[in-house]
Amino acid sequence: MGLLDRYAGLVELYGEVRATGADPFQIRMERVLSPTEAIINGKKTLLVGTNNYFGLTFDQSCMDAAIEAIRAEGTGTTGSRIANGSYSEHVALEEEIAAFYGKKHCMVFTTGYQANLGIISNLVGAEDFLLIDADSHASIYDACKQTQAEVVRFKHNDPASLDARLRRLGDKPGNRLVVLEGIYSMLGDSAPLKEFVEVCRKHKAYVLIDEAHSLGALGDHGLGLCEKEGVLDDCHYIVGTFSKTLGAIGGYCVSNDPDFDVLRVTTRSYMFTASLPPSIVASVRQALKVVIAHPELRTHLWDNVGTLYEGLKAKGFVLGPEHGPVVGVHLPDKMMAIGFWRALLDAGVYVNVAIPPATPNGVSLLRCSVSAAHTREQLDFMIEVMTGIGRQMGVIPATPPVASQARVAGSKH
Amino acid sequence: MLREAANLIVENDDISEVFVTGVSDISRAEIMGEICHHLAPFQIGEKPINGATVITKDLAIDSLAVMDMVMEIEDRFDVSIPMNLVAEIYTVDELADTVLKLRARR
Repeated sequence: MGLLDRYAGLVELYGEVRATGADPFQIRMERVLSPTEAIINGKKTLLVGTNNYFGLTFDQSCMDAAIEAIRAEGTGTTGSRIANGSYSEHVALEEEIAAFYGKKHCMVFTTGYQANLGIISNLVGAEDFLLIDADSHASIYDACKQTQAEVVRFKHNDPASLDARLRRLGDKPGNRLVVLEGIYSMLGDSAPLKEFVEVCRKHKAYVLIDEAHSLGALGDHGLGLCEKEGVLDDCHYIVGTFSKTLGAIGGYCVSNDPDFDVLRVTTRSYMFTASLPPSIVASVRQALKVVIAHPELRTHLWDNVGTLYEGLKAKGFVLGPEHGPVVGVHLPDKMMAIGFWRALLDAGVYVNVAIPPATPNGVSLLRCSVSAAHTREQLDFMIEVMTGIGRQMGVIPATPPVASQARVAGSKH
Repeated sequence: MLREAANLIVENDDISEVFVTGVSDISRAEIMGEICHHLAPFQIGEKPINGATVITKDLAIDSLAVMDMVMEIEDRFDVSIPMNLVAEIYTVDELADTVLKLRARR
């Protein structure tokens, strides 16, 4: 018996997907041209699925900073910060992110995944309680497997469901940590953070929020949902990533917890992996400066979100519940989603396809992520192409629905 | 008389569980009914759902849907089943017993 025989079911499922003639999970970008274009299958393709919210991957100042850092300090650190020491720039980056949030402490990780995995699993231990949203990212679920705390799941974006679960814990000893996300990565919806914070305060629970998809996008200064909702002080731990708005890779956690730094010697995903290379640290530091200096990027992003969301909605597509940098387009089933995805790619538009079991409530989605770097022409082209395919596949009506019907498309799933 | 005897047996069943698990204000039958109701959409063919049904094997349900179903059961009976406990539950019987136990412990 082969070691991988236990994946027989998955192999079969994957086979069905591949039988459509394209494999969405092994797409090859032959050449990336800009934040919004790449050559795929020999063809110039519009990118609407890369989480490149501010388009900073090709920002001249960020690229220059990275190149300069490579020349000055080399390509990699070849070791972890615990064993091999930190570069001054690691420490500077941590200070700058802490200052950005107005928090006392910051720890930087090599990926956002490792930040969630390490921080969440180390904040709670045996006899503590970890409460997570049902639609949490895989990194949060994986953190649950690495802690001895009791893990309880509450209904997605439902403060009453969290309230009931905290109440049921009664006067059991042990800390409570509630994990939320600023913007959920599949449907692009935001947490009702004020209500959640209220519930947490009532039950004396700590709050951790993952702002991976909301950094830059939400709040007057781009801090995320915590800033937008005015509850920065009530978010005891804020996690985020450098791989989306900041255009590189890495993760962080900021906090005012006076003992925060002890996590540097308890968190295995920080201790036992190589630290970020100088080039990444340099481009991220510069990208953060760009985010701070150019709030108009946020305005561009939301203008583009409005264009895509309202454009698709007007054609009759069923979308995620609210405007957000992630626009999830609902399709009736898995094979339809893959077929649609393939047709879009053939027409020169790249988005992500998300199918069960990776999606909440078994939905099949085309997951689009909008960038401040998208032009109006690009988004109009995208809407036109999607409308053509949608009509051909019978996903949307041949003529645009009247306004009252279109409103249904924006309703909560 | 026969009907009364049947009732008595049912009642005795409940009482035996009370001895095992402590005082629960709801019957095991009620919990079983609720679980089966939530699992019905995932039934494969005519194969009936009963206590011995292995949830992830005998039904067309993925792990995420199991956790969603568990949340509904939790709210119906006002208990929380920690995820690590859910991982150890295989059959409908085991799920019902877990709910009964947690309910008695409240």
